[in-house]
This record gives sequence, structure tokens and C-alpha cells, in this order.
Amino acid sequence: MTYLLIRKAAWAIATLAVASLFVFLTMEVVPGDAAQVMLGINATDEAVAALRERLGLDLPLWQRYLSWVGGMVQGDFGTSYIYSEPVSYLVADRITVSLPLAIIALVLSTAIAIPIGVWTASRRGSMLDTVVMGITQVGIAIPNFWFALLMVYVFAIGLQWLPAGGFPGWDAGVFPALKALAMPAIALALPQAAILARVTRSALLETMGQDYIRTARAKGLSRRATLWGHALRNALIPVLTIMGLQFAYLLAGTIIIENVFYLPGLGRLVFQAITQRDIIVVESVVMMLVATNIIINFIVDLLYAVVDPRLRKAPA
Amino acid sequence: MSLTINDLHLSIGGSKILSGISLEAKPGRTLGIVGESGSGKSMTALSVMQLLPLGSHTTGSINFAEHDLLNAPDELMQDLRGDDIAMIFQEPMTALNPVHTIGDQIAEGICLHTGASKSEAHRQAAKLMADVGLPVERFPLGRFPHQLSGGQRQRVAIAMACAQSPDLLIADEPTTALDVVLQAQILDLLRARVENSGMALMLITHDLAVVADMADDLIVMREGEIVDHGPTKSVLRSLAHPYTAKLAAASTHRPALKPANVALVAAPIVQVQNITRDYSTPRQSLFQKGKPFRAVDDVSFNIRAGESLGLVGASGCGKSTLAKMILALDKPTNGSILINSTDIATADQAAMRPVRCAVQAVFQDPGSSFDPRHTVERLIAEPLHLEPKLSADERRQRVLDALAEVAMPADSLHRYPHEFSGGQRQRLALARALITRPSLIVADEPVSALDVSIRAQILDLIADLRHRLGIAWLFISHDLGVVRAICDEVMVMDAGRIVERGACNSVFDAPQSNAAKALVAATPDLARAIALAENDA
Repeated sequence: MTYLLIRKAAWAIATLAVASLFVFLTMEVVPGDAAQVMLGINATDEAVAALRERLGLDLPLWQRYLSWVGGMVQGDFGTSYIYSEPVSYLVADRITVSLPLAIIALVLSTAIAIPIGVWTASRRGSMLDTVVMGITQVGIAIPNFWFALLMVYVFAIGLQWLPAGGFPGWDAGVFPALKALAMPAIALALPQAAILARVTRSALLETMGQDYIRTARAKGLSRRATLWGHALRNALIPVLTIMGLQFAYLLAGTIIIENVFYLPGLGRLVFQAITQRDIIVVESVVMMLVATNIIINFIVDLLYAVVDPRLRKAPA
Repeated sequence: MSLTINDLHLSIGGSKILSGISLEAKPGRTLGIVGESGSGKSMTALSVMQLLPLGSHTTGSINFAEHDLLNAPDELMQDLRGDDIAMIFQEPMTALNPVHTIGDQIAEGICLHTGASKSEAHRQAAKLMADVGLPVERFPLGRFPHQLSGGQRQRVAIAMACAQSPDLLIADEPTTALDVVLQAQILDLLRARVENSGMALMLITHDLAVVADMADDLIVMREGEIVDHGPTKSVLRSLAHPYTAKLAAASTHRPALKPANVALVAAPIVQVQNITRDYSTPRQSLFQKGKPFRAVDDVSFNIRAGESLGLVGASGCGKSTLAKMILALDKPTNGSILINSTDIATADQAAMRPVRCAVQAVFQDPGSSFDPRHTVERLIAEPLHLEPKLSADERRQRVLDALAEVAMPADSLHRYPHEFSGGQRQRLALARALITRPSLIVADEPVSALDVSIRAQILDLIADLRHRLGIAWLFISHDLGVVRAICDEVMVMDAGRIVERGACNSVFDAPQSNAAKALVAATPDLARAIALAENDA
């Protein structure tokens, strides 16, 4: 297990290094000069050249790459061209919105999906199963921003229980902040829950057909006991895979929901940075997301090994 | 407490599976149930367990002690299962839950039925493990199923089933997936249980030889009905029922071996010279590489044109690794393999084409060795890519010729594998091997998945192909009877080495090496059992 841990960690770091090179080079290839964008079309060539020098854009490629990576390792992500503020401050600010939002949404979707998956699997073919699976199909098909709008209409405009948008900040107190995140989290969680419930159900049904389930029944266990005691843990591998993918998506792929609710999250930061050619911000945020994805994958890999002892063995 | 089944009828989704089954399993006795696949053996067992698939409808009665099992509520069945009635299944590789330790899996039933604490149940589990020959000093309860071999897993399954000293144990093909040596050990364990604890054993198998050794009473099933029954000795003595007689004949069938129709050539087809194959094993720790495992150890032999050579040995002895190397699917670590004088380790792609044409393969499971989405024509024509490009008509003609060789109709061309029975699929597998006109076919357990009557037909076909087409065979099996029936010579393999080679009759009648002696001793002998039964009369 220790060996597995070290091996996986080494892979994660190597992947991160390759990804950083890739991100850096991609941003180099993309047309558009940061200095030019910052100064506008009317700037003189001398002014642009001076700014390029100040930003270090005239240095050779490899020097810029090394200083970028070196800075990141020390927590210095550079300074945004547009905001003239350290990228780390910008990102830290947005993370306090995006990370809690992603975690709440994932917890919600898991809390909804797993019981539904188990429940429908144990009543396969019943009326309930058919109806619930039909609902999840609809849940997958309808885009999350439509749920968001619907909720705004009902809970913010109609019942006036929750704010329609904006984020007061954590300084305003935990409760108002959570209130602001409630609807976006639900809107994000519902379609994810629908997917996860279907995956849980089908994984469970497949497991329930295995020989060892029959063995467990032959020992005298009830169907319910075999489902919880023997099938669920074996069915967890595909469920964990999907949860890992969902968390990565929830962290960065939430731009539409952030816009619907006027949330100052990571998604909007990246979107604005891209339209404004704020290369340093884009690079840093993309690198952070890559790193997050790799860390999530790493955690999911370790969870696989926790769930299934066959995956604890180091490969030959 | 005995089990009585009276006039049991079973249908699943409207189709009739069992009709008019009546039998009795008595304490301290073994009831053997034999029959070919689809005869309803397993369904009879699952009816007793009340673990039938959804959509099953049963009539008649199954009585166990004072209980009427067909009408028993779920709670009663759950009390009986694993306590008074236990069952073990065919496939030890999949019958245990991969994510729980073996200790937990044995203890689970004990806790459930006795309300014992987990630690008490583990103490009992340790004792049960020792009873089945897995002392906890060497096989800790914390092991997971994948850390045990097939035979060891089947022992765990027996320990699990016997945890509550059941009054009735149903064993559904408990040894079919195991080699003969392990089979003999597992059967001994079961026999001891019956003799010592007065348990009733219901032993289900397709292998008449196994029940002839084991069972006190015998039931022969066919297409959901009991066709023959009685004390084993009297059933075997008279072989009065034509179907039982047919089964016995097929089980001991030996094709007429005619010499291969080949011109005498000097050079052997295959020359294996001092090959070894090492596999790397998982690291001991971060700084220490695993010690390589030697699967094949310094093996040398030749196969001449038209020769039929058997290769036998316990599972894990290296048979299949050796076969893979001869098929050039794997490379030896050391040594060389010459096929028609081409060294296959050093030959380039172009030089390998004629070699691959000359050596073809047939595998055990005809169901899973075909792509289910390809037509028979495409499947059989597949090896033709090794030859210079043929026109569509020539290709089809070659496929038709190959089908004719294995006595399959020409209209098979456009059908799919699932439309054929197991025996027909194995004929198709042979056709696929024949299409390149090979001089050697490597057959890895080609008949072990087949029913005895089908097996007899396939053995006849193999003998016939050898005679007519002069094909040499390397015939890998753990079934000595089959090897004896079809091969001139046999090699016995043990722990990666060839420990004995000689004519089949001399090796099997007077084995020299320990490995060969163990194999011969463990093989149940139907002919001998029948002879003994007749002498008793």
C-alpha cells in the first residue's frame, strides 16, 4: 500500500510537470500580445516595448517558463496584467466561493443519488423503479441553468426565501453566505445526482448478478443484507469514478450557473481573463485546475484501493 | 433429517425446465446427480435452496425435516440456508466476494445463525479453516480471495458451507473447475464430512466417474427428467438404461487411432530447445524487486509431423505458458523454439507468416473465443490474412472447405456464434484452425467444457483430422482419460519442468515421477468402477 501511494504520487507529480509545459506553450501559441492588449490599439511601439520589458515578455521562452514554474512552486503566481493585482489574491478570493459551492453540490448530489440508486436497484422492474428512472432521465436532459431559473422564480421572486443572486462574502456571516450558495448548489447538484443515481443503480444490478451474491444468499443472508453488505462496496468503483469527474467539473465548469446567480467564482474569473488576454491569470488558473484534477484523480485512485483489495497490489 | 422431493415441476418464464422430479437425500449418504448441461441438475438444487431466478413457477413438494420448502416464507428459508442446508458452487474463482477477507466471509454466516460475537465467529472460522486443510498459521483469516488459488478458494467455500454442520450439503459441480489432484482432495474432504457428521450430500456433476467413486445412490437426469436411478453399484452394474449406458460409453470413449497420413520427413515440425520463461513478480518493497517466478524451466522436446503429443500436469505447472510460446504469443526468457527450422524468437514479421500458418490454436471455451458480432465466415476466414491476398470467391471456397472438414453445413457461413451449440462452436474453432492448412494444432483443453457425448464426437473428429490431413497435435489437458484416448505420447509437466515423457500406456500404467503418480492416483476411473460393480454381483 505504501509502495502504491509513492508510485501514484510520483505519477501525479510527473503529470503535473508535463501539463505545466503544455499549458505554458499553448498560451504562447495563442495569438494576441498581452502588452498590446493592455495599452490599447493606439499605444506607441515604444510604450508597448517598454511594457513588454517590464513584464518580462522579452525574455527567452525557457527563462519565462522556469520563472513561472519557480514562482508557482513558491506560491507566487505573478501579477494580473489587467487588475494589477497578484494572481494568488484574485484566485484565493474566488476559491472561497467556488470550492464551498463545489463541495456542497457534490455532497448534495451524492446524498440524493446513492440512496436512490440502491432503492431502485433493490426494486428493479417495479413501478417505482420505472418512474424514478424516468425522472432521472429528465434530470440529465434538462440543462442546469433552467433549474436555476425555475428556482429563482419560485424561491427568490415568489416565496422570497433566498436571494436571487450575488454573494455577500463569508465576512457577512456563514448563514447568509450559505443562503446565497444554496440555489446554485442545488441547480448544480440535481443533474449530477441524476447521472450518479443511474450509475449506482446499474453498477449495483450488475453486482447483484455475480456468483458471490448467490453464495451470500446461500449462507442465509436476506436480499437486502446482500445488497448492503456484499453488493454496494463492489459497485462503488464506477460510482467513485463518476464522482471524481463530477467534482472536477463542479469546480471549474460552473460558469453558466455563476453567471445566472452573479457569483464571483473561478469560472467567471477565467472567462473574463480569456476575453481580456490576461495570460498570467489564465495560465495560473488553468494550472490550478489541472493540479486539482490530478489531486482528485490521485485521491480516487487511493479510494479504489481502499474499496477493492485487488487494487492494492503493486503491479509486477 | 432427510430431504424428499416429490413430483417437482419447474417452469421459468413459461418454458418447462423440470418435470416430475422425485428423489430422497438421506443422512450419512451421498446422492449423485449426473446429466449433461441443460438437464436440470442445477435447477433442482436451486429449487431446494429456493434461490431460483425471477419468473420461476414450481409445483409438487420439497420437504426437508418438517418443513415444506416450496411454501416456506422468506424468513424460514433464510434460517435454513447456511444453517441446515448449505450449498457450494462450481466456480471457486467467482463464488467468494473479492472485497471481503475470507475470515469475514466464513464468520458472517456464523454470526447470522448463532448470534455469536465477531471475535467468537473468527475463532470458529479459524478452526473450520484448519479442518479443510488451510491452517491459519499459513492462511491468515485476513487474506482476500484473490490471494488464494482456485483449490484453496474451494476449500474456503466448503469451510463456509460447513460452518453450521448442515444436515444437507448440496455441491453443484464442486470440482469441475479444478485439476484432478485438487479434485481428489476436495472430494476426500466432502466424503469425510459425510462419514463423520452424518450429513446428507447431494453431489451434482456431469462426470460419471466422479459419482461412481463417491455416491451411494445415483440419479441420471436428461432434459429436466430423471431417466435412471438407484444405488450406484446397481445402476453401474447393469447399465440397464440406454441413456446411462450411452453416457458411460461416451465418458470412456476412445477414437480408433489410425496413423497420420504423412510422408516420412526427417525434420521435426517443432524443436523446443532448453527454453525457460520467467515472470516478474510484485516488488517486495520499494527498494527490493520481486524474485522472478520461473513458469517454464529448461524444457526441450520435438514434435514430429503427424504426431499426437499430450501435455498433462496440475494447474499452474506451466502448460499454458509453454503453449503460448509455441504459438509465438509469448517469448521464452532463454532457449529457442524452431518451427519448420525457423527460429521464432529472431524471425521478422515476413518470416513469421508461414510459421503462423503452420501452427494454429484451439482453446477451451468455444463460447468466449469467438467475437460474438462476427459471422462464421468472417471468423473462420480470419487467419487467411497470413496468406497472399485471395479473391472473395477463393476465400469463401476455403471457408467452405474448412467447414466441410469439420462436418458443418455450408449454410453456417452467415450465422453468428451464439446460434450454435458448444460442440458446434468447437467444430467451428477447429475449422478456423484448419483454414491455413497447418501442420500442427496446439489444443489447450479443447474438450473440457463439453458434455461427454459431444466430447466423444470431437475426439473422433480430432483423430480423423490427424489421420486424413496428417496434422500433428499438441494436446494440453488435465484429463488423463482424454489424453490417453487421443495421444500416442504424453509429457508430464510439474513446476515448469517436463518430468516424464513416454508412450501414453506406459506412462499412465506405470508412472515413474511423483507428479505422474499423483495425477494417475487422483484420476477417477469409470471403467474400473464399472468393473468393480460387476464383480460385486
